[in-house]
Amino acid sequence: MESLLAGCIGFLTACGVFLMLRGRTFPVVVGLTMLAYAVNLFLFSSGRLTLQGAAVLGTTDNYADPLPQALVLTAIVIGFAMTAYLVILAIRARADLGNDHVDGKLPETESSRKESR
Amino acid sequence: MTLLWILLLPLLGTLVPVLTANWRRSACATATAIPPAIALMLLFYHSSAIFAGESFRYTLGWIPLLGLDVSIRLDGLAFLFSLLILGIGLLIILYARYYLSEQDSMPRFYAYLMLFMTAMMGIVLSNNVLQLWLFWELTSISSFLLISFWWHKSEARRGARMALTVTGAGGLCLLAALLLLGQITGSYDLDVILASGAVIQQHAWYPLVLVLFLLGCFTKSAQFPFHFWLPNAMAAPTPVSAYLHSATMVKAGIFLLARFYPAMAGTDLWFLLVSMTGLTTLLVGAYLALFKHDLKGLLAYSTISHLGLITLLFGMGTDLAAVAGVFHIINHATFKASLFMAAGIIDHESGSRDMRKLNGLWHFMPITATLAMVAAAAMAGVPLLNGFLSKEMFFVETLQQHLLGSLSWIIPVLATVAGVFSVAYSTRFIHDVFFNGKPKGLTKTPHEPPRYMRMPVEVLVVLCILVGIAPGYIVGDLLHAASSSVLGGTVPEYSLAIWHGFNVALLMSVVALAGGALIYINRKHLFDFQNTLPGVDAINTFELAMKSLAKRCQQFYGRLDNGSLQRYLVFLLSAVVVLAGLPLLQLDTLFGGRPELPVDAVNATGAAMLLITAFATVVFHRQRVVALLMISVVGLMVSIAFTRFSAPDLALTQLSVEVVTIILLMLALFFLPHKTPKQSSPTRVIRDISLASMVGVVIGSISYAIMTRPFNTISDYFLANAKTGGGGTNVVNVILVDFRGFDTFGEIAVLGIASLGIFKLLTRIPVFKPSSDGEGRPWALERHPVLLATVSQSLLPLALMVSVFIFFRGHNLPGGGFIAGLVTAVALILQYIAHGVEWVKSRMNIEYQRVVAVGLMIALVTGVASWLFNKPFLTSWFDYFDIPLLGKIELASAIAFDAGVYVTVVGSTLLILASLGKMTTSHRPVHTESI
Repeated sequence: MESLLAGCIGFLTACGVFLMLRGRTFPVVVGLTMLAYAVNLFLFSSGRLTLQGAAVLGTTDNYADPLPQALVLTAIVIGFAMTAYLVILAIRARADLGNDHVDGKLPETESSRKESR
Repeated sequence: MTLLWILLLPLLGTLVPVLTANWRRSACATATAIPPAIALMLLFYHSSAIFAGESFRYTLGWIPLLGLDVSIRLDGLAFLFSLLILGIGLLIILYARYYLSEQDSMPRFYAYLMLFMTAMMGIVLSNNVLQLWLFWELTSISSFLLISFWWHKSEARRGARMALTVTGAGGLCLLAALLLLGQITGSYDLDVILASGAVIQQHAWYPLVLVLFLLGCFTKSAQFPFHFWLPNAMAAPTPVSAYLHSATMVKAGIFLLARFYPAMAGTDLWFLLVSMTGLTTLLVGAYLALFKHDLKGLLAYSTISHLGLITLLFGMGTDLAAVAGVFHIINHATFKASLFMAAGIIDHESGSRDMRKLNGLWHFMPITATLAMVAAAAMAGVPLLNGFLSKEMFFVETLQQHLLGSLSWIIPVLATVAGVFSVAYSTRFIHDVFFNGKPKGLTKTPHEPPRYMRMPVEVLVVLCILVGIAPGYIVGDLLHAASSSVLGGTVPEYSLAIWHGFNVALLMSVVALAGGALIYINRKHLFDFQNTLPGVDAINTFELAMKSLAKRCQQFYGRLDNGSLQRYLVFLLSAVVVLAGLPLLQLDTLFGGRPELPVDAVNATGAAMLLITAFATVVFHRQRVVALLMISVVGLMVSIAFTRFSAPDLALTQLSVEVVTIILLMLALFFLPHKTPKQSSPTRVIRDISLASMVGVVIGSISYAIMTRPFNTISDYFLANAKTGGGGTNVVNVILVDFRGFDTFGEIAVLGIASLGIFKLLTRIPVFKPSSDGEGRPWALERHPVLLATVSQSLLPLALMVSVFIFFRGHNLPGGGFIAGLVTAVALILQYIAHGVEWVKSRMNIEYQRVVAVGLMIALVTGVASWLFNKPFLTSWFDYFDIPLLGKIELASAIAFDAGVYVTVVGSTLLILASLGKMTTSHRPVHTESI
């Protein structure tokens, strides 16, 4: 099970990183969201995996580690706030700059370079 | 304490000329001279003890924990240098009073001069190497100001820049060396470093430290190949040249050689580097000095040559050589400062420094001429003058060294050659300027300077003669004290007599004098030869080199910083791969020994769905709506994973956050293009894929390594105390609102700030509002579907009830403020979607930014309330009450805190989504024709 989850975390990270490396804002936001999933799972898994062991007193003998859960819970909410902030920044940037490239300007392509000559 | 005053007085003196700027010139000069004069007296007060071999220390605690103190040490060497700095400094103040014209700002000059004096005093008196370095840099800066004093002249500015660049770069090397020394010895205290010579020299870093250290010394003391800045610094006013470039600043490097002699010297590497650099400098300086037509240029190269001589003496490694070095420091300072001042007088009173024009000045200024001739004779090493004595000692030492094995005989020969040239240029200085016909083309008729302008020269020349005739009486004690602190206490037997009998050294002196005269007589041939050589314009070469260096740096920097965020991210991620991947390579196996849980069909299916949808998100990322749908499935699978692995709170949070995130991204797509154009080149895609895979592999491996390792959690404390200390059985929630309540408070504050930032970002945004979707299809006419409107309205009370339920049970069962807040927010957002902003606003007109503030206030007040009971911030309280009908219930202050969390989450989420949603719905353009 651990190897499966680790594989999932790695794959989510890879997908997130790939999307973050794209040039337009929306895929970057999606990539960050994906990376946030991976990070949350990663942090959560640092408390090791437990089945049938919710950290509610009196329900089981083998409690899952509650501390990473508490940390990840706030991380999820803050992650949402950050995603939202990024999205709004992207919208604002497109409105002010007229394009949705992460650098705020479209990269020079071969054809546009030729035109400017 | 008096020690501190010796250092502080020149510093205070920096202010004196500024404050007395409006006084008469003489009054201003006198006032400026007072602080260094007092400092000099304080110094003399210590003289008898210093000559008796004592040394003084004074420490003023500053940051003792870091080992940073203001630390002063006065020993023989520091005494000698302080004497030179303060004594010659006073003479320079007097001299500059007459040298500077009415147009020059004398207070500014004096202020710079005093600043420089402070810096030099700081170097020689420091007992902490970092403090020493600080003053070292201050000399570079203050000398920059002094050299560029006539900043309207281009050569002054260029010379000053060059000096600052060279000495500043050397200063950085020195800093590195001193820091390394601090690392090796474990202390920045000079006493400790000097006492740990053996440790330093056996350390593996010693060669590096030595090279860096010597770079600092050699740049400052204008040693070959860094000598070129000194002639160009001659653009400075002559008092500056006399002070900085003969007696003090260029001696700072020599001072360091002497100061660190016990710690650094004694190895073959030291001998090789120091003596060979010194020898080369000695020869190059002496040779080039002969060909300079500018008086100050000649003196500058002569200074370089003499500095090389002293360096060579310190590089020889014998105790007697070090004594000779110290002796020559004294002698050189006296005769060279007086020569510079004499050159300044000549320049001042005849209007030129060019030796091709200046001839026969003997008739116009006989007294100055006599003084200059005596000083020049001392420079040449004529007997009965001080220069002769130290040069004699130098020749003796060259004969006794064995630096180059069987080739060692070459050093005395080369020393004699340098002596020959030294005599030649000294002769030229005397003969060309004061004799050799009549002046040619001078703008004014030369005459004697004012009485007091000549006085500093007289003082120094008298010293030259006195030392030359009775060295033992005049400088015996001083030399002994200074040498003893250089050599660490033991001074070898030496005699300061004028006459040592007929020996080889005397022969060398005679050869130098005769050879020098011969060369001077036949100088025409040598000049012709020199003129055929291609000249090197140091300043232009240097500036070209600097320019190309700056250009290279810019090119390199441009490659790093080309404005592309994608490129920065690639650098950053590559660093992650390297830094996180390298330790993994050293790990034998990832598996840590903790047995894995078995994989069942449910888990495998979930994982497969996660992987497939994540992959699909990437594949379809250019079709943004599809990607959004795919990633929502990923989020769903993540929340299921949380459920599976015993984290119900996380699952609930993830689920509700997922809903709001997707709604948010949907809204965002209204303003952003719906498709991503294909722009990345195939190579770029391959690069990104490989980089992303590497990051993924590294992170996945780390995750696996962590999960399979047994561990000790600190959570047992929380599990044990949740019920008894926090009054709840849902440990996750108790941690959030109680144990780590302060963290949670910070987190909801961040949430609130983010939502307020978004609110501000969206005001007055010049949005582009499309009238159709990305493929040209108009928006649906039916804005709010009836079905959704009806269902959502009836769903609202239900959803609110659920959220209240989740909120209250949160302390004991999965739930709590975060989740309840998100559920409420989702229920309200559904109303916006179903009915539109106006509909909701007419029924529920709340400003969400106020809600955020109220939520944060509730949380804050709950925390502060514990102060009323003399408990720390956010201490929770709970008790059980028996209430009729409801039975025994628990009331805890943590509930109030959780309510603050709830309100903040609701307010922030709605603020974000409602602000954005408002913009999509109000005044949306509609295609009328496309019905």
